[in-house]
Amino acid sequence: MAVSFEELQQEAQSRWQALNAGDRPWVRIGSAMCGQAAGADEVFEALTESLGRNNIPASVSRVGCLGLCFAEPLVDVQFPGGPRVFYANVTPETARQIAERHLAGGSPDLDLAWGYLGDGAGLSNGDASSMLDLSRHPMRAMETRIALRNAGNIDPRDIHQYVATGGYRALHQALTQMTPEETLAQVAGSGLRGRGGAAFSTGTKWRFLAGSNAPVKYILCNCEEGDPGAYNDKGILESDPHTLIEGMILAGYATGATYGYVFIRHGHDGPIEKTRAAVRQAQEMGLLGRGILGSDFDFDIEVALTGDSYVAGEESGLMESIEGHRAMPRYRPPFPAQVGLFGKPSNINNVKTLAYVPEIVANGAEWFSGIGHEQSKGTAILCLSGALNYTGMIEVPLGVNLKDVLYQAAGGVPGGKDLKLVQTGGPLGGVLKAESVDIILDFEVLREAGAILGSGGIIAADEDTCVVDLTRALIAFCQYESCGKCFPCRMGMSHLLEVLERICRMEGVPEDLELMRRVGQDMQSGSLCGHGQLGFNPVASALRHFSDEFQAHIIDRTCPTGRCLEPRYSPRQTRR
Amino acid sequence: MDGLKQRISKAVRGQTQPTQTILSSLLAVEDELGYIPKEAVDEVADFTGSTINDVWAVASFYPNFRFEPPCLHRMEVCWGASCHLTGAREVIQAVLGAAGLQEEGDTSDGKVSVRLNTCLGACAQAPVISVDHHLAGRMTPADARTRVVQLLDESGPAGETNP
Repeated sequence: MAVSFEELQQEAQSRWQALNAGDRPWVRIGSAMCGQAAGADEVFEALTESLGRNNIPASVSRVGCLGLCFAEPLVDVQFPGGPRVFYANVTPETARQIAERHLAGGSPDLDLAWGYLGDGAGLSNGDASSMLDLSRHPMRAMETRIALRNAGNIDPRDIHQYVATGGYRALHQALTQMTPEETLAQVAGSGLRGRGGAAFSTGTKWRFLAGSNAPVKYILCNCEEGDPGAYNDKGILESDPHTLIEGMILAGYATGATYGYVFIRHGHDGPIEKTRAAVRQAQEMGLLGRGILGSDFDFDIEVALTGDSYVAGEESGLMESIEGHRAMPRYRPPFPAQVGLFGKPSNINNVKTLAYVPEIVANGAEWFSGIGHEQSKGTAILCLSGALNYTGMIEVPLGVNLKDVLYQAAGGVPGGKDLKLVQTGGPLGGVLKAESVDIILDFEVLREAGAILGSGGIIAADEDTCVVDLTRALIAFCQYESCGKCFPCRMGMSHLLEVLERICRMEGVPEDLELMRRVGQDMQSGSLCGHGQLGFNPVASALRHFSDEFQAHIIDRTCPTGRCLEPRYSPRQTRR
Repeated sequence: MDGLKQRISKAVRGQTQPTQTILSSLLAVEDELGYIPKEAVDEVADFTGSTINDVWAVASFYPNFRFEPPCLHRMEVCWGASCHLTGAREVIQAVLGAAGLQEEGDTSDGKVSVRLNTCLGACAQAPVISVDHHLAGRMTPADARTRVVQLLDESGPAGETNP
């Protein structure tokens, strides 16, 4: 069924025209994990049932995440030629009202509608004044969307919608007009750095692989994403899986690899199902497989699943897991670019990193390196959760101030409370106290401050939070997830947890802080992977910013909030 | 028992993805049965040309695998950092209380398996639970309790009705 790219584009355009300028409205329902958790499935059922029962013509798509997760379930109604009208926090009942009023009548239900995107003057009843212009919503106003450019706008299950909005253009351009080296040069010149946490230069990493003459080489995409507080990798796969697939094919072309794996945690059904469907469609269209788009370049992709394991997201643990083993890290050297998956040279990239690649190739290195700050080029894709008014997923240029992200984009702390701290970069990251959030988002600046950008999770905690209790919760996660291979991590995490438990019971002794530091040093120097090497970070940064609070627990035996005295739950079973 | 062996064999040998490993085979069994019976360990060892020790090593590493038949329903409660800060503890307490459990595990009537999950992936809707793989966010202790009671009250094949 392979067709030429021109034919594919024509078909995609005509379908897109029919959807946008046809005879019926287009309804998009936010149905990524955040939407689902808010009740999007029930909303979809109620809406489609009402449309069917009342014979109301409409095209309904279940799209991914627009980023405004706090407003989910979101229903987005667009009549041909008009703006998109959004309904927030929709229930099955209001979904039926939307069908029976707006979709049947053609005019937005002004009592229910939340906002619009596009030209408000295009509304049939001419009255956009009671609705919010969502492009000015604080959460969207700060954004520059590259990797998330299609998220929430197109149906992730439909390759034609991706192609109609410019998809696979970069791949076609690279295969027809650029050599692999020229493609690699664009990525290297853009200054793109890995978004999985280490922020290593993507171009340099790709050159390691391109330099190998081995006949079989792999591109591995890491969507293990076990960090509590981060769901942007899954968000991209659920919203726009083809941008990742196109990025992976381009990575393969640039490095001479011919096979790729997308690695996702078993149980994350939405991302798995959408990625598998997208791979199948790309194969059917001749965008994956032998002789892609008539070139002599072959590349194929497989979705591989892991069981529950945070360390499976570490690059060598990931390879062990794809090979079907316990996800335990390997000794390095040799590095993956020399001896990787199944002993073959491999490159491991995060979903977000690869999702930038199509736009970098299409628009050029200079365009991308013009966005961002100093050595941190491009955007940060952040997941905002915890004590914030507007929780969700946003893409902002690197170099913006974290304070603006928290107080403007995310609308500050609910309930009139004060912010106490933010936890960034996942459980191995660190905390910043409220007084220190006036800091720009930049890989180096954040690292200097003891809080890494990591994979983009930002969790806010209000004044009612006990720092010792939060640190204990983070270490409980790290202890549970230690794979057990290196004893400094396996035993160190348990020791740290024991000491923190003791401090929470008000039975800590002054020597405990020094004891934890010593354990942390041993973990750092004696562990094979980042889990043990960085595992002391949550304690170190909490001690750095909140040593008073630890002292209050140990010396005065009081907790300003009392949270740490409440019972704590953690899984019964650990790894054996 | 033959029925069980057949289902295991179908799951293991019916995998369609090109890369088939011990882990992928175990996940296929979990999808089919909801647990890893001893017979599956033998079958996976045979299929992958490994020893049963190799298979146990993998199965015991990933805590998503369980080795006894699951309850009728599966409830997962997130204890990740975002959920922890937004009231997960109270939700966990409510779920365990309603289920009559002290810690994660199965209800005695075989109706609900309660499990803590490190991150269910919908952090913006914290605290989050999942019931039979369906996510529900902005969870309150009262709502969580109601959901457990509903599952326990359902008359099902798994034994006695309301305790």
